[in-house]
Order: sequence, then structure tokens, then C-alpha cells
Amino acid sequence: MATVSPTPLLKDELDIVIPTIRNLDFLEMWRPFFQPYHLIIVQDGDPSKVIKVPEGFDYELYNRNDINRILGPKASCISFKDSACRCFGYMVSKKKYIYTIDDDCFVAKDPSGKDINALEQHIKNLLCPSTPFFFNTLYDPYRDGADFVRGYPFSLREGVPTAVSHGLWLNIPDYDAPTQLVKPLERNTRYVDAVMTIPKGTLFPMCGMNLGFNRDLIGPAMYFGLMGDGQPIGRYDDMWAGWCIKVICDHLGLGVKTGLPYIWHSKASNPFVNLKKEYKGIYWQEELIPFFQSVTLPKDCTTVQKCYIEISKQVKAKLGKVDDYFNKLADAMVTWIEAWDELNPSGAKSAELPNGAAK
Amino acid sequence: MRTSPSLLSLTIDSAVLNLSNIADLSSLPDHIVVDLFLRTLRAGKLNERVLKLFIATGKDEVFSLIRALNIRATVIPVLPTTIKDDEIDIVIGAVRSDLTSFMNEWRPMFSRFHLIIVKDPDLKEELKIPEGFNLDVYEKPHMDQVVGSSTSVFFSGYACRYFGYLVSRKKYIISVDDDCLPARDPKGFVVDAVAHHITNLTTPATPFFFNTLYDPFAEGSDFVRGYPFSLRTGVKCALSCGLWLNLADHDAPTQALKAKQRNSRYVDAVMTVPAGSLVPISGINIAFDREVVGPALVPALKLAGEGKFRWETMEDIWSGLCVKVVCDHLGLGVKTGLPYVWRTDRGDPIASLKKEWEGVKLMEEVVPFFQSVRLPREATTVEDCVVEVANAAKERLGLTDPVFARAAKAMLDWVNLWKSVAYISSSSPAV
Repeated sequence: MATVSPTPLLKDELDIVIPTIRNLDFLEMWRPFFQPYHLIIVQDGDPSKVIKVPEGFDYELYNRNDINRILGPKASCISFKDSACRCFGYMVSKKKYIYTIDDDCFVAKDPSGKDINALEQHIKNLLCPSTPFFFNTLYDPYRDGADFVRGYPFSLREGVPTAVSHGLWLNIPDYDAPTQLVKPLERNTRYVDAVMTIPKGTLFPMCGMNLGFNRDLIGPAMYFGLMGDGQPIGRYDDMWAGWCIKVICDHLGLGVKTGLPYIWHSKASNPFVNLKKEYKGIYWQEELIPFFQSVTLPKDCTTVQKCYIEISKQVKAKLGKVDDYFNKLADAMVTWIEAWDELNPSGAKSAELPNGAAK
Repeated sequence: MRTSPSLLSLTIDSAVLNLSNIADLSSLPDHIVVDLFLRTLRAGKLNERVLKLFIATGKDEVFSLIRALNIRATVIPVLPTTIKDDEIDIVIGAVRSDLTSFMNEWRPMFSRFHLIIVKDPDLKEELKIPEGFNLDVYEKPHMDQVVGSSTSVFFSGYACRYFGYLVSRKKYIISVDDDCLPARDPKGFVVDAVAHHITNLTTPATPFFFNTLYDPFAEGSDFVRGYPFSLRTGVKCALSCGLWLNLADHDAPTQALKAKQRNSRYVDAVMTVPAGSLVPISGINIAFDREVVGPALVPALKLAGEGKFRWETMEDIWSGLCVKVVCDHLGLGVKTGLPYVWRTDRGDPIASLKKEWEGVKLMEEVVPFFQSVRLPREATTVEDCVVEVANAAKERLGLTDPVFARAAKAMLDWVNLWKSVAYISSSSPAV
């Protein structure tokens, strides 16, 4: 344990998925960190608009026409006029890891003034284990300078594979519309120098602005739902995915981390527009949280896809009565899995895990 | 006709108003620095940070003024205004006899409050405590008088502090080990651990859903998008666990393996440990609401080779697991994170490991046990909950190792002791 080995670049194993409707100017600031990687751009909105990608990046770009062409009728599960469409990028990727970032997120500086290489930290988080079964008061025990505390059982110190790395944001915090309206000037200036595993059995609000995940371990569950045009709700895409993946990770013995890295979130979206989008969500989440907290998956759900289909059944059964939207969503969840399996035929990687233990 | 103020005078007045934006005064001529200093004093704007600013100029006149006016940098703790000083007890378990430097270092933070010092009954030497504190000292004779000898509850070693919890008459207790000193935050300011613990205990905890921006009640923070509104009022925080810079609370094998490792990472966050999630709560730096959760902090698990270094104990870990299980059942919160204390280097982990390694092995049984404890709905008081845990421990762990059978008995005795001895004010609310 003398020297810390450098973090591998993983440039042939990681895709960066970026949803955009405007432009990709923000990539210029990320160039030193992103240039080695392949980008998957998912262009939302008007497909006839040409999105200019800065020179020197290796990328593939999909607009709505491409999505419709590739998925055919199954394209109905991919949202339109909402950044939820980014999950199409997860589906078409062929890589093991995904990093997704919003086009209004820039490189942040740590307290010493140094630029933060967010991607490198996400890779670190994903490559080292999580510890969901017992809380470590010194946070990530595998970090340089940290370790497990007294009382932490040795049998739990190997940890479990990390499926998701959830990063945070300096400057504009990820508040909901009511909070934005009450505190329009609040900025997140607190740099919390920690990564931690979210304990098993605990749900959290997953933000898609600065997110990394292991596509082989959890990809099929990263469906960002039906949002935007023609849907009664928006800004709950990442929330929905977060609740689903956490339930599945808890069931399959995988870990979810949150904390570092920080990015600099520059744009505060219009709180009144947000309020309209979130309005139903604010009421529905009061039902959704108890629902997800009580979901149990049977022991024979040993793959992510099986878990996800099972959740969709329970969504229809228990949330259909909250609003018909959830019936549509449950159907879309099934369509998503069908599309995923079509585009990612199993054989090599089936995400089947040895310990598909029931919750 | 009055002469209008000079441009220089107006500038200095403006500087006084904008002191918070000034980072360096050393480039100013001496006479301006002195003038600025005097006007700052007159305006009542001298605080620790501003004083540091003036001291950093290195000017002799500033130093003379400081000496002449007897200005001293003392930390004034900022407590929530709803808390009165007489609601707090600071309980120190004295495992070492000379507490002089410990008490003097903590003086700015401790001197406002009543202290309870409990001497480890195994300690032979007389306690050395400096003057100027409002305190009560308890030693073995007091313990014998209050507790009698017919109990398996033990107050030796680090567990001596529990006697202090028992005899305290205050609502909040803060307890730190006697080898811990005030820490400094990354900006160089001394951390007022007392005020910070009180803030943790008097703001709600949020155990039912994880907030990714950590403590939503901290300055500059809030609940994030997706956090259900019905869960935003939170629940009462019963326990606040702080952390340690320098010598972190690792077990002996870990510290022996990483002999030179010291914790220098200051993580600027407080968070609620989620309900259903267990955590090893170190006793080195804690605070709790005695009226709400007092009986659940149990001096129960005494290792066969228990000694006078934390590496040779697990009593606080057992106690903390018990508290967490009880809090989860009763809908109370446990927070972890800030404040930090500075834990001085002491002891030799290899020597401790040679002497006592059973504790580390026992955790393999202890943690699964606490994870499997289910408290019945009828257990609605803390005392009832502790009794349930004790009975479950006796039943499920009693045969694994006699230390567990003894721990279970000690827990039952502790609850009885608490019921007969502990002060319950008439105004203390039921949970």
C-alpha cells in the first residue's frame, strides 16, 4: 500500500452520453478530460436542427429521426422534449461504463483551486467496492487516507461491486421548483470532501446531471421514464430511474455511491416552468416513495431485466390507481426492456449475478 | 461650518464597513492601519478573523494597542438561542489522572457549562483538574454509594462516563475522551464542538430518505429535488456522533498496518444515518439528548482483555448499536459527521492487538445480531426497547460467548438503575 496507482483512463470502455437541444459549447471546457473518450450525443427536439459538435471529439449523434428509425414502434418509450431521452444513449452504447452529464455543467474547482477531473473520480468510484451493509463513519474506506473504523466487521470489508456513482454540483444546487422560488439566490458553496455508499434499504433522489454507472451491472434499469411532450410530468426522469436502480441494486447486492465529484452547474432553469413540470410529481412522490420502499423482489429475479419487469408489474398493480400515467409508464418500462434486449442481445454479458438474493 | 471629512477618513470608514471583504492589510502604511484598528474597535467589529488580519500586518503599534487594551482571542460559542446553558452537562470520563492541559485547551468551550468528571475506579492517582470550572467530580466511593455492589453494570475504564450520564440532571450531554483536544477547520478556526453538537441535536434528523446535499438544515443547504415534502419536517435527533482528526478511530489491526496514517481530511458535512442502517458509533466524541434516549446508552459489553486504550474496548460500539436500533424503532434520528475533535497520538496499536484481539472477532457476531433484532410494537419506551434488546442478546448470543450473556444482564441492570436513580424532570416529554 505504498504508492497509489494512477486511475486507469478506461477510454475504450466508457461512453459519455450527453443529451442536448441547444449546443455543445460546454464541451470546450471539458476537452482536456473528455477528448480521449467516445461521445454519444442524443439530440432532443427538432431533428432538422444541426447541432455542431466541437472539433476533435469522437462521437455518434442521434436525433429523433434516428431514434424512430432504430427502435421503430418501440421508440414510444423514449421521451421527447425532455432530457430523459438520454437513456437512448445508454441503450445504443456498447461500452461497459457510462458517464452522463448535462450541457450546462462545467468543470468545478476544488478548495485548493485545482480543476476537478470529474470523470476520473467517477471511474475511481466505480472501480472500487461499495459498502452498503454497515455505515462507515469515515465515509469511503478505500480512499487514500481513510479506512474502516473500529467496530466494522472484517467480513464486510471486501464490499460489493459498485453499480452507480452519483456526483454533486457546486453553484446552482439541484432544488425543486418550490425551493427555487423561495431561495432563488442560494448557491451551493460547500465542498464536502467525501464519497459514501448509500446504505442498503435507503432510497435517495438520483440526479442525472453528473452520473456514472456500470452499464453491464445495472444498465437495463437506467430507464428515464416518460417525460416531456405529451406527458403530464417532467423533471422526474432521473428520480424514477434512481428509485428503480436502488431497489434493484439492494436486491442484487450492488452498491450505489454518492458524493464526489463536483461539477459546476451554471444554469438555473426557470422555476415557474419547473413548477408546471414538477407539479404532479410533488404530489405523486408521496405515493411513489412508500411504493418503492415496500417493493420486494422474488428470489428468482436474478437479472436486472427480470427485476425491472417485476417492478413494472407492481407499478401497474399498485400505482395504476394513482393515475393512468403509471399504466402507460409500466408498459413503457416493458417496451424499454424489450428494446434493450433487442439492441443488446445477451450471450456475453447477461448481468446475471451469483447472489441474486431476495431482499 | 463643519469641515467635511477627508477622503482618507471616508475611505477608512468604508473599510470598516467592508472588513469581511478584506483579506490582507499588510500593504497599508502604519498610521492608517492603527487608525483602521481603532475605528474597528469603536464600531464593535473586532472578531477573531479581523483580529488575525491586523496581527498579520506585523506592525508594532497594532501589537502595543492589543497589549494595552488587553485584547485576547477567545472563541465565543454561538449556541442556538433556544438552548440555555443550564440544559447541558459535559461529561468527561477520566481514564488518565492529569486533566490540566485537556481542560485548559477546552476552557473557552467548556467554561460556560456544568461539567461532570468521572474518575475511572481503576485509576490510582489523584485527579489533577485546573481551577475555574463549575464541576462535580465522581469517584469510586460515589459509584458504590449510588449503585451498590450487587449489579453487573460496570463503570471501569472508558465506561466510567456512563455513571456521569446516570447522575446528570440535564437534558443534553456532550462527552469527549480525555485525550481529545479542540480541532481546527480548514480555515484555521477553532471548532466549537459543544455548540456544534447542540446544533445537531436541536435541528431535525431525516432518517427516512437520503438527502444528497447532506444536512438540509445547515446554512446554505436544503432538501434536493425529489425529496418528498411530507418527510421534510424530519424527526427529533437523539444522538450526534462527531469525528476525529489526527488519530482516527480505527481498530488495532488497521492502525497497526497503517502505522503512519493520520486523518487529515475535514469533511464539511453532517448527515442523518438512514433508518434501518446500522453504524459503529464511536464514544470518543458524542452528544445526546439524555431525556429522550439516555437509558439506551448502555455500559454493557466489557471485553475479557479490556484495557485503557480505545483499541482495547468495544463497549461504545455495542452501546451505539443498541441506541441505533432503539432510535430506528422509535422514529428518532442519529446524526454523524461534524464536529471534529483532535485526537492526540497515544498508545501502541500493536501492543493493544497483542493484548486484546477478541473484540474485533466478536463484531462478526455482534453486527448480524443487531441487524436481526426486531422490536415489538408494544415496546414504546426506550427502557422497554433496551430490555427487548437485552433479552434477544441473551437468547441469541448468550451461548456463543459468556461476554454476551454478561452484557445482556448488564443491560437489564442498567435499565433498572436508570429507572431508580436517573433524574427525570417533570417537563421531559414522552417520546
